[in-house]
Amino acid sequence: MQLDKQQLPPEKFERVVIDTDSAERISKPSLSFWQDAWLRLRKNKAAIVSMVVLVLLVLMALVGPHLNGRSGDVQNLRHANLPPKIPGIEKLGIFNGVGELGGQKLDLYEVKKVDEYYWFGTDGLGRDLFTRLWEGTQISLLIAFIAALIDVVIGVAYGGISGYFGGRTDDVMQRVVEILIGIPTLIVVILMILIMEPGITAIIIAISITGWIGMSRIVRAQILKFKGQEFVLASRTLGASHNRIITKHLLPNILGIVIINTMFTIPSAIFFEAFLSFIGIGLQPPAASLGTLINDGYKVMEFQPYVLLFPALVISILMIAFNLIGDGLRDALDPKMKD
Amino acid sequence: MAEKLLEVKNLKQYFNAGKPSEVKAIDDISFDIYRGETFGLVGESGCGKSTTGRTIIRLYDATDGEVLYDGVSVHGNKSKADVKSLNQKMQMIFQDPYASLNPRMKVLDIIAEGLDIHGLVKNAKERKQKVIELLETVGLNKEHAERYPHEFSGGQRQRIGIARALAVNPEFIIADEPISALDVSIQAQVVNLLRDLQKEKGLTYLFIAHDLSMVKYISDRIGVMYFGKLVEMATAEELYKNPMHPYTKSLLSAIPLPDPIYERSRVRTPYNPDDHKYGPDEKVEFREVAPKHFVLCSDKEFEEMKTQLK
Ligand SMILES: Nc1ncnc2c1ncn2[C@@H]1O[C@H](COP(=O)(O)OP(=O)(O)O)[C@@H](O)[C@H]1O
Ligand SMILES: [Mg+2]
Repeated sequence: MQLDKQQLPPEKFERVVIDTDSAERISKPSLSFWQDAWLRLRKNKAAIVSMVVLVLLVLMALVGPHLNGRSGDVQNLRHANLPPKIPGIEKLGIFNGVGELGGQKLDLYEVKKVDEYYWFGTDGLGRDLFTRLWEGTQISLLIAFIAALIDVVIGVAYGGISGYFGGRTDDVMQRVVEILIGIPTLIVVILMILIMEPGITAIIIAISITGWIGMSRIVRAQILKFKGQEFVLASRTLGASHNRIITKHLLPNILGIVIINTMFTIPSAIFFEAFLSFIGIGLQPPAASLGTLINDGYKVMEFQPYVLLFPALVISILMIAFNLIGDGLRDALDPKMKD
Repeated sequence: MAEKLLEVKNLKQYFNAGKPSEVKAIDDISFDIYRGETFGLVGESGCGKSTTGRTIIRLYDATDGEVLYDGVSVHGNKSKADVKSLNQKMQMIFQDPYASLNPRMKVLDIIAEGLDIHGLVKNAKERKQKVIELLETVGLNKEHAERYPHEFSGGQRQRIGIARALAVNPEFIIADEPISALDVSIQAQVVNLLRDLQKEKGLTYLFIAHDLSMVKYISDRIGVMYFGKLVEMATAEELYKNPMHPYTKSLLSAIPLPDPIYERSRVRTPYNPDDHKYGPDEKVEFREVAPKHFVLCSDKEFEEMKTQLK
């Protein structure tokens, strides 16, 4: 006992006082939702690689058609059906201008006495496929962009108004949606073509009529969920205007879901256009889109596979990239993963 | 007698009125709240307490009846200025500390929302200054202003919600189960804060809770609600000593005490509304059985209760 007392000096028995100030302190650095989401997105390698690839494709779509000074719709029958030939790489045994002619493998550039290089070859009318590919990518991306815009503008506004004001407004708006959703988009396109030229305008109008419905439903459900939440009620008891509630409380909270959904709309719009063009009711020649190029390539697939190869590669990469980015964003932005 | 701040007269709130899914969330209730007091509203979940609070503060339009604040009707068509002044005088604290703060806004902007709406500050510097003052009032500090709600604990969030309500200098605060989502250890902290604020600023509270354990300490008067109706109303002391309505007795019997000997013998008395055995032509009314003690009862019960209380 004696020993114990010596080993425990009195200063060990001082009272510890809780410092309330430090009890309230938060040591973690402050991160907004978006900063936090970015940190999570950054860890997603597939999404980041996809973004880089996408940026490259967009750049190529913009500058590609001007790179070799040829125009995509100029026909040069003397240069028809040339395989790809790329300076530098030709020495490796690929893209060296060798193609089949009458069952023999020959350098068609020599046969036809062409000393220019057609990087991705030419089609049956002698048009430069490199230029046409990037022109087509441009059109596909344009349609994707417009579809996304329509989704965000019409879809968010329609769903938002329907959900926010509710009641009779909601009833009427939802009945309209139910009617629209019953009409297959393909039928709309075919009806469009009956009254106007097939082409980009008809496709855009068709997308405008039905493309935003999915988004509007998602937004409506989100608004319904958030408008009854206590932070919105608190804002209302403070006397906030509709404008304030919508812009400060509702939109910032649904923005994540809107972005995710847009990311999945884009590839489906690209694919929809390609599909229409492929079956011949989309863009009409000489305009090029990925769909028409694939259609052209499909016809000569056995003899000149390169005509199909490049547009098929680009559309596949586009679809995969958008989907991977969408997946990454969903993981980064989905509120259910948080707290 | 103290001055009446809020009068609720025959208030009714039916959801989906006229449809098969009609819910009589509030079915003809009347009570007054006096300036400076704490009125406790108690009842089990789903009995219409939140609806009462939300109807009083105009989040819902009343189906019928009247709410007078300072003698002025709260519902019906009102001028913008009147609405604004009501919004400033009456404020609310919410139940769920996780849902009551916008996750996309900084604490600074959450608390300053009332200041912005009512134009109470002139510039950003004053705005921030005012928010820091409010944060300190509720026991937080200025470095919390730049943070987002998800970084805080439940108790801290609830205090941010209190600061938001205080920003507009209200007179009357409806606290809708402000502590039921919190840890027991944190509950006292928030209740004490509310009490201190009441003393300091002369606030009037409508304090909503689903059990009597905390309410009976902090309320001056208590109303007990059951299925959209007030069944008993009295001062806290009177209600505790002489509960008359069987539902009140049942609620009181549910309060645990930190006393093992008492707990061993505590019997919970369940409440079954059929036990009243009201006849078809008996008038069940809210009657004053003793001064300031009201009970929902029939004529027969009324006489019995009066003799009991003598
Ligand atoms: N917006 C609403 N629409 C329909 N019914 C509702 C609505 N809000 C509440 N109710 C119903 O009203 C009753 C009372 O709810 P509430 O006031 O939230 O109860 P408490 O707060 O006492 O738990 C419940 O039966 C609830 O389902
Ligand atoms: Mg409630």
